[in-house]
Amino acid sequence: MKPLNDERVESLIANLLRAGVLISALVVIGGGVTYLGHNPWAHVDYRTFHGEPGNLKSAHGIVRTALSGDPRGIMQLGLLLLIATPIVRVLLSTLIFAMEKDLMYLGFTLIVLAVLLYSLFGSFLIA
Amino acid sequence: MNVLEFTFLVWTGSLVAGFLGSLTGLGGGVVLVPLLTIFFHVDLRYAIGASLVSVIATSSGSAAAYVKEGFSNVRIGMFLEIATTFGALFGAYLTAKVPPNAIAIIFGTVLMYSAFVSRRTRPRTNVEQPPDQLATKLKMNGTFPDTSGVRSYNVYRVPAGFGVMSIAGALSGLLGIGSGALKVVAMDQAMRIPFKVSTTTSNFMIGVTAAASAGVYLSRGYIDAALAMPVMLGVLIGSLMGTRVLVKTQTRLLRQVFSGVIVLLGIEMMLKGLTGGLR
Repeated sequence: MKPLNDERVESLIANLLRAGVLISALVVIGGGVTYLGHNPWAHVDYRTFHGEPGNLKSAHGIVRTALSGDPRGIMQLGLLLLIATPIVRVLLSTLIFAMEKDLMYLGFTLIVLAVLLYSLFGSFLIA
Repeated sequence: MNVLEFTFLVWTGSLVAGFLGSLTGLGGGVVLVPLLTIFFHVDLRYAIGASLVSVIATSSGSAAAYVKEGFSNVRIGMFLEIATTFGALFGAYLTAKVPPNAIAIIFGTVLMYSAFVSRRTRPRTNVEQPPDQLATKLKMNGTFPDTSGVRSYNVYRVPAGFGVMSIAGALSGLLGIGSGALKVVAMDQAMRIPFKVSTTTSNFMIGVTAAASAGVYLSRGYIDAALAMPVMLGVLIGSLMGTRVLVKTQTRLLRQVFSGVIVLLGIEMMLKGLTGGLR
């Protein structure tokens, strides 16, 4: 068994996580500044739950709304990138286990990856 | 309140929560939902959504530092993530079925429990035992850097740990928290993994667990960007500050004060749930 604690792999994972958080934070800040600039004095009320509009509830809807320049869409895109960061990390682990030919752990990571992808792209089926 | 005031106040509150959470090791996520629902009158579902997103941010942000130190065990984390992600999916599914008042009561219980766990100092007698068969088969036994060189450790009671992890995942998905306290209990108590390895591996797992319920939350419309924006940015900056500031002498007192605050918030959440304060 080759150990996974290879220094290169570790710094790759660390950098991936750091980059994911940094990029998503920057996108959220960008959208946030636009959002605050657009309607700073509007009244805020989160007492009652309305749910988000349909276009901000799915990955492709968020990307489309963000590309149209909508501030809420841009912020939501930042949050989507944040949610995607651990998923990309699991994907990376899958590749590493595949390269190490560790079939047992390749299987485990694929199960986790399947759950994560189902949650992001298929959960509207149960929601 | 207008948008500017609301955003600034929520950001400040989240910053303080993130700072204290990382400084004391109790996690900031656990106080966010009570903060938002009790003080900012945010609907429980929106609060849970914003909290969950910030949990991913702090977990990934600090995991980057831990991964490099070599304490976390990737194999243990990956294996147990099967339990936490399935649990999280189930928990997120439950949020729409369980009435908010019941969620508030469960939340209060978890708050008090995590404050209790953090107060307990538990000396563990290190009895040498032969390696566990299942753990060996799963290649979980590992090493970590210690003051006196590299220390090796064995892992025990994998099924028990797996079971507790499923519960931790379900609570994470139901309440929008990292449930780090319970994850550490599963690894440290049940599986007898060294504390340092438990805490860092738990942190490494929190982001993946939270991502498993985040997709469900997103498609249900729980994640409101205008609310999650100041929460996520506040907690992230606060927790990064917390890891950098080293106030060793005051941490003990701070821990006690902060766990006291957590208990009070827990009582308040329970009362809210019992009196039907949440719809």
